[in-house]
Amino acid sequence: MDIVLQQLLNAVALGGTYALLALGLAIVFSVMGLINFAHGELMTATGYGIFFGIAAGFPFILSLGMGVGLAVVLALSMERVAFRPIRRASPTIMLLTSFAVSTILHTLMQNLISARPKPIPIPDMLAGAVTIGAHQIGTIQVLSIVIAAVSLIGLTLFFRATLLGIGMRAAAEDFDVARLMGLNANRVIAVAFAISGVLAGIAGILWLFQRGSVDPLMGFVPVLKAFIAVVLGGMGSLVGAVAGGFILGVVEVLLRAFLPDALISYRDAISLSIVIAILYFYPDGIIPRRENIR
Amino acid sequence: MLEVHDLRVSYGPIQAVRGVSFSVAKGEIVALLGANGAGKSSILKAFMGIAPRSAGRISFAGEAVERADTASIVRRGLTLVPEGRRVFSQLSVLENLKIGAAANRQLRGRTLENCERMYALFPKLAERRDQLAGSLSGGEQQMLAIARALMSEPRMLLLDEPSLGLAPNVVDQIFDFLKALQKQDIALLIVEQNAETALDIAARGLVLAQGRIGKEGASAALRADEELQRLYLGAG
Repeated sequence: MDIVLQQLLNAVALGGTYALLALGLAIVFSVMGLINFAHGELMTATGYGIFFGIAAGFPFILSLGMGVGLAVVLALSMERVAFRPIRRASPTIMLLTSFAVSTILHTLMQNLISARPKPIPIPDMLAGAVTIGAHQIGTIQVLSIVIAAVSLIGLTLFFRATLLGIGMRAAAEDFDVARLMGLNANRVIAVAFAISGVLAGIAGILWLFQRGSVDPLMGFVPVLKAFIAVVLGGMGSLVGAVAGGFILGVVEVLLRAFLPDALISYRDAISLSIVIAILYFYPDGIIPRRENIR
Repeated sequence: MLEVHDLRVSYGPIQAVRGVSFSVAKGEIVALLGANGAGKSSILKAFMGIAPRSAGRISFAGEAVERADTASIVRRGLTLVPEGRRVFSQLSVLENLKIGAAANRQLRGRTLENCERMYALFPKLAERRDQLAGSLSGGEQQMLAIARALMSEPRMLLLDEPSLGLAPNVVDQIFDFLKALQKQDIALLIVEQNAETALDIAARGLVLAQGRIGKEGASAALRADEELQRLYLGAG
């Protein structure tokens, strides 16, 4: 019983991290058609922000805030410097530009900081376990789930209850008509990048809680997984991205936990085969972005 | 209200509009007719500042707007109801209306009041205010698209093919409503392939062919014109 519960919590924690990353990718994709491969570097930047914050002697919580802040600043800067000039270019040019941004950023991190992992000391209070009923659950897992849930709820409120949030949803569905109604395109896109930066930052924190160190390629694998989640959920669909993230997280954790030892090295191959199987039946993703009926 | 002088719009090497001049008076209803590809939609897009490349002079309410951005054009009181309705299907009816008022900060205080005004004009929308716009029928979506545009308190509405894909009785309902807007002193420029219906409520019509105005005149005169039929059937 305990192992099932434990694995279930692991699955939700990992799925939540993927969901936050996938949502950030989907928000940017939905407003400007950009698949941002440099999203992973936002996560990595968060790690370094936290590392330098702690190294400079700031309290842990403040360092976390600095990490997320750095991701937001970096997201807004890459939009302004790299992506705004090519906003009307073809998807291929945008994709290649985001590759370039990604490469430049992680090369800079390698050369200016270090290619080797930098440890992030996790406070002792987070290393323990909490007792819920008869079960012992890792504090990190609980915290991950709570942070992911609070982020998703907060974002949902923003999208439902604020004019800016409703405008973002309108722009995500039909950018041209949103502009036609007088929504400011620069502002909508900047907000999309800022949100993707916040989400990448929070996901970066959750990832660091598990790993305890930051290196220049830290963001690569989780963001690759987030792309798979975005495709699984349906390109450009925000709800789909969250669903895709959770599905991928659950599949990965369950395979890791219950696959026989002989097959464990095929874990990723099996989880990706499951994704392909789902896409075979739902080629547009499980919750595709619906177009207007013309 | 709206004055256009020698408007030209090109998409790369292709000239869609080749020097068009006309004006629309305050509260006037004008029909802009012509076959597919005659340049009608391109003209409306140029007014809203979203045509790819355009030249010529456009003035609205006495001010030059050919270089203005879309948001400022909407704030000045010119709004487009796009072809194919293009309501935000994933947003509720109420949210669609809110977006219609989003361009103008000064209107935000009146947004809910204006929503109530729209519900009074279109009782069907009131019943469905919390439903997703994508679940509405075609006619209801067209009503929502018009209501969304009216939320910006326009002095002139541009309508691109408002009858497209709608049943005849629904088209009549929409056009009755449009005619009633005249009482509020809102000028209308209606682009239509369905010439008969548009000329029923318009005072004047402009007939576009190959990016130029081929014919213009009072609605009654245009309706009686046999050559008009030929213009339509031509290359357009």
